[in-house]
Amino acid sequence: MDRKNFEDDVKAFEAGHPNIRIDAHEGLMDPKTFAAKLAGGQLEDVYYVYFTDPAGLIQRHQAADITPYLKDVPALADIKPELQKVFTGKDGKVYGLPTGNYSMGLVYNRELFAKAGLDPDKPPTTWDEVRTAAQKITALGDGVTGYADFSKNNQGGWHLTSWIYSLGGDVAAQDGSGKWRATVDSEAAHKALQYLHDMRWTDNTMGSRQLLEIPDVQKTMGAGKLGMYLAGPDNIPTIVKQFERKYDEYGLAAMPGTATLGGGDGFMFNPKDSAAKIKAGLAWIQWKYLNPDRQEETDRKSAGSDIPIGLPQPDLFDGRSGETVKAAHAKYANVPQRNYQPFTDRSANVEVKVEPPNAQQIYTVLDGVMQAVLTKQDADLDGLLKDAQKKVDAVLATAQ
Amino acid sequence: MKVDTVGAPRRTRQRPAAAPAPAPAPHRAALRRRIADNLAGYLFLAGGILAFALFSWYPIVRGFLLSFQQVNFAQPATWVGLDNFQRLFDDPLFLTAWRNTLWFTALALVFGFAAPFVTAIVLNELRHGRAYLRMTVYLPVMLPPIVTVLLWRWFYDPGPGLFNHALAVLHLPPQQWLESENLSMLSLVLVSTWANMGTTTLIYLAALQGVPGELYEAAQLDGASIRQRLWHVTIPQMRFILLITLLLQVIGTMQVFIEPFVLTGGGPNDATVTVLLLLYRYAFVYNDFGLASAMSTVLFVVLGAFAGLYLRLTRSKG
Repeated sequence: MDRKNFEDDVKAFEAGHPNIRIDAHEGLMDPKTFAAKLAGGQLEDVYYVYFTDPAGLIQRHQAADITPYLKDVPALADIKPELQKVFTGKDGKVYGLPTGNYSMGLVYNRELFAKAGLDPDKPPTTWDEVRTAAQKITALGDGVTGYADFSKNNQGGWHLTSWIYSLGGDVAAQDGSGKWRATVDSEAAHKALQYLHDMRWTDNTMGSRQLLEIPDVQKTMGAGKLGMYLAGPDNIPTIVKQFERKYDEYGLAAMPGTATLGGGDGFMFNPKDSAAKIKAGLAWIQWKYLNPDRQEETDRKSAGSDIPIGLPQPDLFDGRSGETVKAAHAKYANVPQRNYQPFTDRSANVEVKVEPPNAQQIYTVLDGVMQAVLTKQDADLDGLLKDAQKKVDAVLATAQ
Repeated sequence: MKVDTVGAPRRTRQRPAAAPAPAPAPHRAALRRRIADNLAGYLFLAGGILAFALFSWYPIVRGFLLSFQQVNFAQPATWVGLDNFQRLFDDPLFLTAWRNTLWFTALALVFGFAAPFVTAIVLNELRHGRAYLRMTVYLPVMLPPIVTVLLWRWFYDPGPGLFNHALAVLHLPPQQWLESENLSMLSLVLVSTWANMGTTTLIYLAALQGVPGELYEAAQLDGASIRQRLWHVTIPQMRFILLITLLLQVIGTMQVFIEPFVLTGGGPNDATVTVLLLLYRYAFVYNDFGLASAMSTVLFVVLGAFAGLYLRLTRSKG
């Protein structure tokens, strides 16, 4: 159904723009093949990226500057500025457009909450409450784990960054001269590690198998054996579709604490594109992805299918565009929006922070920290943070 | 013109005993005949040479050049001298990766070198079921590596995994096979040994069967025990093959990648980050091909030394 809708959209767009032809390829900016495609002249004119990618692509000049053509994208005025900033270089030029976004929250199994005597409509808002809930859920037995987190292939570092954000900390900050410095060795990071350590070793609420990554945790959630984990709203449809579950079973809460990590996706342009190709690509992206006026029609067509309408994110726009999109989603929602109310209600109190510079390298360092805490009962938390601080500083030295 | 007239006598003057005159016609005809006779051979060879040149030699040369360049594949590459190597040596994980890789290689030698040798000797001594057992030992080699690794992931699972179940039956405490810094590398070595020992076992078995039987008979007549026969007959007779497999094993195990990539991702706490895993991260996670190429150049030099030794040994034997 997803694909059919997409192909219908291509047809409709081409009919309205007879001089543009869309040759769509499935996939995304995959670091494993990107360089080879670019070198071999096979990179698409417009390519899809996650928010983790633009900083590096801009730094390495692997994306075209689209600033001169932006006057043709009227919806841009309403795109949330913090999202557009992800695609803006240090030189102030724009290299891409965001088309989706998420902020990390807490996905939880409502049925396990109810079984454990917890109120599924009042999920935890602090890490202490997460800890207590995890204890109650684990106490259900039958192989049920209260809380799980990643610790492999940089995903542990990515999540530890969100933990640190949520407790008021940061992993990197610019000093007075604009240079990036590591801020990992902080009270917030120490608290985060202490919570993880206590849940893993004192409470025994994180299971014994560690070095997990996204598919492992989604599988446990899909099997109904996991209480909570950190994820964006888009994880819910993945679990429901992949493991044939029902939307009603899952709830979404905002990130415990005061801040969270935001991410998303968008499109960038081949650095070898001609002006005509950039203009054509922009016309398509605006028409397909940044078009609040088409939202109602899109939602109406998707409502009867298994495409989820009414998840709290993406939430790309402010102002009139934002209102239009929300109204359409509310009208055609096919997922239980009330289950995501705890997320929406607290969103205003949870600051969304972007990823640090050289995110992947920093995540590699923090992955090691996450692994140590979750696999070593006598892990020296202070020592780990001091060591990570040095390593992150070394990474940031190359980012200046 | 002037240059020609001046140059020509000087050449003759300076090189009076220059190369002999061109080969006489009968030699040339013989050469042509030889080429014509072997034309089909050369044509067959051309395919292999072309494939090697395109998929092996060219990437090696390109990788070597890339290690001195900064590239983004959109604009022409810029030469950066030894910058990539400097950055490489500054990465704290560089030393960790080498230390881990050497540790893996050492453990792999202890297990991966001894296990097939012992297995081959046992198989050689067996009177019954030899063919069946030989096939069983070789079977893991036929499994795709990813299947092997995923199978072992289940063996190692601290919850429902096979090994911890076995330990529980024996009333022994469960182990964190992959989650413990001390144990994780050994766990990877076991996977690798299990998956690869079939081939080495067959090589040893063939070598064992090549040891002349009269040597054993003579030793037996002299009253040598099994251990003495092994020490004074089998091992000296197999010395060369043992040395070759040792070198090949060092070269092979230093390129360990799939086991840490799938099972541990380099963890816990970088305990299983290997040279190739780090190289993979540089290239395909950070998209830093200059740094990745510098790492591969370093690896190339180290492995080249072992390969050179291997060639010398095989040549001297030949």
